[in-house]
Amino acid sequence: MTEQEIQAGLAEIIDEVAGVPADEVTPEKSFVDDLDIDSLSMVEIAVAAQDKFGVEIPDEQLKDLKTVQDVITYVSKNV
Amino acid sequence: MSSNDQGSVVITGLGATTPLGGDVASTWSAMLAGTSGVRPITESWADDLPVKIAAPAAADPVEIVGRVQARRMDRCEQLALVAAREAWADAGAPEVDPFRLGVAVTSGIGGIGSTLAAYDALNDKGWKRISPYTVPMLMPNGSAGWISMELGARAGAHAMVSACASGAETIGYGIDMIRSGRADVVVAGGTEAAIMALNIGAFAVMRAMSTRNDEPEKASRPWDKGRDGFVLGEGAGIVVLESEAHARARGARVYAVAAGAGYSADAHHISHPLPDGAGVKHAINSAIADAGISPEQIAHVNAHATSTPEGDLLEAAAIASALGEASSGVVLTSTKSMTGHLLGGSGAIETVAAVKALVDRTAPPTINLDDPDEAVTLEVATKARSLEPRGDAPMAVLNNSFGFGGHNVTLVFTEHTPA
Repeated sequence: MTEQEIQAGLAEIIDEVAGVPADEVTPEKSFVDDLDIDSLSMVEIAVAAQDKFGVEIPDEQLKDLKTVQDVITYVSKNV
Repeated sequence: MSSNDQGSVVITGLGATTPLGGDVASTWSAMLAGTSGVRPITESWADDLPVKIAAPAAADPVEIVGRVQARRMDRCEQLALVAAREAWADAGAPEVDPFRLGVAVTSGIGGIGSTLAAYDALNDKGWKRISPYTVPMLMPNGSAGWISMELGARAGAHAMVSACASGAETIGYGIDMIRSGRADVVVAGGTEAAIMALNIGAFAVMRAMSTRNDEPEKASRPWDKGRDGFVLGEGAGIVVLESEAHARARGARVYAVAAGAGYSADAHHISHPLPDGAGVKHAINSAIADAGISPEQIAHVNAHATSTPEGDLLEAAAIASALGEASSGVVLTSTKSMTGHLLGGSGAIETVAAVKALVDRTAPPTINLDDPDEAVTLEVATKARSLEPRGDAPMAVLNNSFGFGGHNVTLVFTEHTPA
């Protein structure tokens, strides 16, 4: 899976869960500060990402995934 | 507060989303026309239930609150938010100090649909697949929380729970918030969205529901000899309560005075009313005393009457007994004949109907009263009926709401006469 594919998949999830348009989900964006995603929605996004990409994201890992790039990197390393 | 403070709380906004329409105007015109909101349940989940009819909300709240917001809110919370927005806009969206603006909005059951969905997810897919919004979706105070966020209301957000009296009791609490000086404006009401297999099964096993499945529109028939139980409805009703001084200062349009509330508990049986109606009578008399009116001012009662064999008669007798001679000349109606029974939403929607009746001086009808039970001595409107003031004092209307647990609530609304 390429980073572009992961980004597109993640954007799809974030649109579904939080209503953020896909073109706003770019690598440098912070979930909390830029995309206005709260901790409850972040849990939903993480679960959906696990299902979509087949990668387990433990809670202790989740708190360190602060930007879109963090998730892309984590998924591409662990897929 | 004592009765010399009466007239200090007024109603300046109305909102509703009901089985008859997505707003107050469509709901009220359907009521006056005697329209039934009861429909067959066509989904397969009702196949094995004895009840296959219900009165669903006419307008889908998801289309109004939006897809993303809706996935974080139970359907009862969505309906409440829709009605609250209408009521707030109707009141002119007043500028209020956030710490002087309160919310009192409740549900009798809470987000039961979300509870059931979460339980299915838990069993089928495990705890991690439960929505992280499950708790805020299932709690009966969720609507109050969401509406307080929407309006920036910080004087307090409350949700009284008393089964089918919840909506009325919570409006009573809202009146008290203003009377006690805690708030200048309170958005108050009730909501319910409980049309699902568990709830219908649970009420049906109590033998409380109509099984007139082949004639949905005729199933809710309060005081008719053929009544065989209630029909479950869904929706929300919201009123904007305001201190008269605050309303006057901003030049608000005033619909009515929220003149008083009366309460009692039957302390008898968890689901059967006190047979002699003493509890209901006490609530009515207390409300009249709290409002500082005389029974002769009462032109109309929007009854609780749900179309059950026992409850309908007991209430009618208790009203007649409480009002005494003044009961002749009162026009009684049960709008549940059209909306079904909205549980925690009913007292609020019926408050909206009672206020509209006062403003338009027209009582909505009780439909399906083809063969009236002779035990009812009061006059029941079977068509929309114009209301006349009885004497010089302002016209008053009552709204009754009762709930399992023995809860009885009566609200009093009177015509507003500008000072």
